[in-house]
Amino acid sequence: MTTTDTPVNNGVNVQALLDARNALVDAPEAAQFTWKASTEWKGGTHSHSVVEEFFGLGGDQAHRTIFTFDADHPEVFASEDHGATPVEFVLVGLASCLTAGVAAVAQNRGIQLNSVTATIEGDMDILGILGGDPEVRNGFNHIKVKYDIDADASQEDIEALVAQSQKRSAVFDVITNPTNVTVEVN
Amino acid sequence: MIGAGHAGLAVSHFLSQRSIGHVVIERGEVANTWRTERWDSLRLLTPNWQSRLPGLEYDGDDPDGYMTMPEVIEFIDTYAKTVDAPLSTHTTVKSLRPNHEGYEVVTDDGTWSSPTVVLATGGFNLANIPAIADAVPGSIETVTPLQYRGPDQLPDGAVLVVGASATGIQIAEEVHASGRPVTLSVGEHVRLPRVYRGKDIMWWMDRTGVLDERYDEVDDLVRARNIPSPQLVGTPERRTLDLNALTDQGVRLVGRVAGIVDGRAQLSGSMRNLCNLADLKMDRLLGTIDDWVLENGLEREVEASHRFAPTRVEESPPVSLDLADGRISSIIWATGFRPDYSWLHARVLDRKGRLRHDAGVVTDAPGLYRIGLNMLRRRKSSFIHGAEDDARDLTDHLAAFAGVDSPV
Repeated sequence: MTTTDTPVNNGVNVQALLDARNALVDAPEAAQFTWKASTEWKGGTHSHSVVEEFFGLGGDQAHRTIFTFDADHPEVFASEDHGATPVEFVLVGLASCLTAGVAAVAQNRGIQLNSVTATIEGDMDILGILGGDPEVRNGFNHIKVKYDIDADASQEDIEALVAQSQKRSAVFDVITNPTNVTVEVN
Repeated sequence: MIGAGHAGLAVSHFLSQRSIGHVVIERGEVANTWRTERWDSLRLLTPNWQSRLPGLEYDGDDPDGYMTMPEVIEFIDTYAKTVDAPLSTHTTVKSLRPNHEGYEVVTDDGTWSSPTVVLATGGFNLANIPAIADAVPGSIETVTPLQYRGPDQLPDGAVLVVGASATGIQIAEEVHASGRPVTLSVGEHVRLPRVYRGKDIMWWMDRTGVLDERYDEVDDLVRARNIPSPQLVGTPERRTLDLNALTDQGVRLVGRVAGIVDGRAQLSGSMRNLCNLADLKMDRLLGTIDDWVLENGLEREVEASHRFAPTRVEESPPVSLDLADGRISSIIWATGFRPDYSWLHARVLDRKGRLRHDAGVVTDAPGLYRIGLNMLRRRKSSFIHGAEDDARDLTDHLAAFAGVDSPV
């Protein structure tokens, strides 16, 4: 192991996050965020979604640019495959959230990351969504994430990074715990 | 002083040393909560040698044992006599509010007025029961640890114990052994071995200075004050009671109860990570201990370094549990405790009903003090032996505030 005076830089401004936490504990209303997306049906199982604005810190906020996402089903479902399937978006959301967390926790713990890759798999019995077996749920029955991480840290410290990232992850929480969902028609 | 438990009596000791006049108001007898709000088989989690208060040390013949509740009560009773505390027992405080002199304390036996008041009313007055408890089917009996005395008070049938900290694991083991099959819902927890390298884990935490770590030295005080009580039990055999031990006994581990809908408990899918986190944190502590042994040249005087088997979690734990099919007949909410401040009529609580204080000095309430909370001033603050340093510090602050600066 080499020692160096170069400060750890994973590109995460941890100080800003810690400052935000301290500020928001005293102003809890500013911590209330609303995330938004709008989705338009394009035909078949293809839809086109737009993410631009969100609400937080007491006001309307916007991304630097508009992000768009096409979702569809693959050809084995007799679809035209214009984009990833919605469940794959869920996997992308989980892996992205955990990976952002790994970087932030590493920064906070003074661990330099050299490379981080995650592969994620979600097992699903599609008899559920097809209505073919009432005892099978629609959603994933198991999700597995595997990380390959090269960092200036021990294996134990790297495992702790990944564990802590799960503990602080919004998407991990969304998936592992129930959420009330209301769907209305205008 | 409000409360004649070990912490209140320790403050009384230091006040008397400085000849500061005071009265210790107690709603019941000395050590009231130990008498009335603990289950029958409970023993302290700290070994006897660690049961020490300013002016009183354990002098029995079993320094490595753990006190039963009657022994704790006797110990604190002895302490009250040793320090000759000016007690007003069987006096219940109805309200505390600021007045011209400082604070007015209304009791069912008269009203006191004082420039300084110390709250030593304990940190475990009320059981924390999650809001989802309202959705438990009416056919199921629910019990809090404050009501629990032993398994015989539960109906026959399976039991869901929610919470796997010190209280939850101890009750789960005892209930399961009574022939009522236990399912244990596991949230965030702290895993510790009872004995490591031949010494009690509390001995290591004491010697390595972990328990003396101050509130202003930890990097996340909010987290430090909210750490669940460690998975420990005090038994004559100095057994380790962790999740693997419970699994071996036949207790089934499931995830945190995250919701209850239509008679089904929804269980979090995060249990594997929480167990992994607890294993990693335990290993980090054991690593700290190993480093300390090495630095102090004690390698030959204690047993060899080793690690414990990781917590076993089944491949795909259930994500829901039927509460309405009649199999589960009772639920025990071992989901933590909180202090009761309903009688405190002063602007000293935050939006979540917690006392705002800086290491026991209550915020925006000059002359008001608090002792006996987790990590109040040090990691050991909530232990019996942790009362001494906190009581001394707070008495110093109180004496300076009251203009009685020099110890007599």
